[in-house]
Amino acid sequence: MTDWEPKIIALLCNWCSYGAADLAGVSRLKQPSNIRIVRVPCSGRVNPKFILASLRKGADGVWVSGCHPGDCHYIEGNYYARRKFVLLKKFLEYVGIEPERLHFSWISSAEATKFAKVAEEVVEAVKKVGPARYLVKREVEVE
Amino acid sequence: MYEYTEKIREIATRLLQDKMVDGVIGFRKGTIPMVNNPVLIKHSEQVSQLYWDSWCGVNLANYLPKFQGKVAVVAKGCDSRSIVVLMMENQISRDQLYIIGVPCKGMLDRRKIWDAVGDRGRDVTDVQERDGVLVVAGRGFSLELERDKYLQDNCAICTHRNPVLYDELVGEMVPEQQVDRYEDIRAIESLPSEKRWEYFQRLVESCIRCYACRNACPFCYCPQCFVDESKPQWVGKTIDPTDTMTFHLLRAFHLAGRCTDCGSCERACPMGIKVRMFTKKLEKDVKELYGYEAGVQLGERPPLDTYRPDDPQEFIK
Repeated sequence: MTDWEPKIIALLCNWCSYGAADLAGVSRLKQPSNIRIVRVPCSGRVNPKFILASLRKGADGVWVSGCHPGDCHYIEGNYYARRKFVLLKKFLEYVGIEPERLHFSWISSAEATKFAKVAEEVVEAVKKVGPARYLVKREVEVE
Repeated sequence: MYEYTEKIREIATRLLQDKMVDGVIGFRKGTIPMVNNPVLIKHSEQVSQLYWDSWCGVNLANYLPKFQGKVAVVAKGCDSRSIVVLMMENQISRDQLYIIGVPCKGMLDRRKIWDAVGDRGRDVTDVQERDGVLVVAGRGFSLELERDKYLQDNCAICTHRNPVLYDELVGEMVPEQQVDRYEDIRAIESLPSEKRWEYFQRLVESCIRCYACRNACPFCYCPQCFVDESKPQWVGKTIDPTDTMTFHLLRAFHLAGRCTDCGSCERACPMGIKVRMFTKKLEKDVKELYGYEAGVQLGERPPLDTYRPDDPQEFIK
């Protein structure tokens, strides 16, 4: 188990957090390599089924990041996203998913250092709870 | 209860004779005890089919989004709330509807009656009801039961027994119950996460993915349901525990801030799964976070279709 590294799906808003990831890269900030980025047009585009599908396919954690409230490229997409995420996170915790697997953040495209810091936090949190146990679809083994 | 039947027939006759509506959606007596069927009455000579007793649990709002023309519908408290939600979601317009409101004292659960009768539960041939006492009879037995103990789970904790929106009432308003709706949800919430996971795994273990809960729900009207999508396929179609759980989670999540707890899903479930344990948690959160109760106020926007700049976000970094 010592050499286990988590796989984390990051759903990043094109207009901010994705830019922050880019800036963090070109600024050569140190950040963990466990993050697999999916670029989405807005955090409001993120459907709860994306998050469940990630877990189902074996992601150990999911991280959704968008623009700060008030800064949405589409004016209000992240406000709707916030209500969705709050309910979804509480709901998944209620059915027994560890809270450490789901992360949400607001990161603007200038906040490369915040991006690197949050990435670190997300990976640490997921490492603490270990490999995903729940909601992972195990393929039927065929001999 | 039986006087409601008379009144419903009287209203239906008047509406159909005056050509105020094209049809009346109500209940007729079922061919087996403890199950009444929904029925669409189009002519005034058919109104004698209309019936009302404690086995009219089906949510008739389910038939409205598909209806063309003007229609009268018999609605209990929960049904009327469903109608309000459907109107907010532009599935039906108010001027198409004539709502016959039924103040409701709760519908009964046939599974509980079967349990009470025991081995011979399936032999029940007749259930009569007077003054809060049920007389359950079958071949070679007769049993008296206290009505209030056999209510559907959702009716026992109902806080909106009277219709919130109606054109006409069939009887006097009934007193509303003062109950704690979320006792069982809090009990689950207080368990450690592994126990909660185990609880829900056991809960949906027997699910056969028949989608009866979806079909019975007045709000599951999407032209294509997420479970039928194949490219991309978000949810597996098998009865693998992960697929089943994903289905139940997404189904419930789609009802966040919309579910009026009419209990249709649970009543329809052939395996008797308590699927309301999912939807009720979301109902509780929506109420606590956004102070919203589905289908009570016509003017408000649904909670996931609106926002406040200062909405709670304590765990967002």
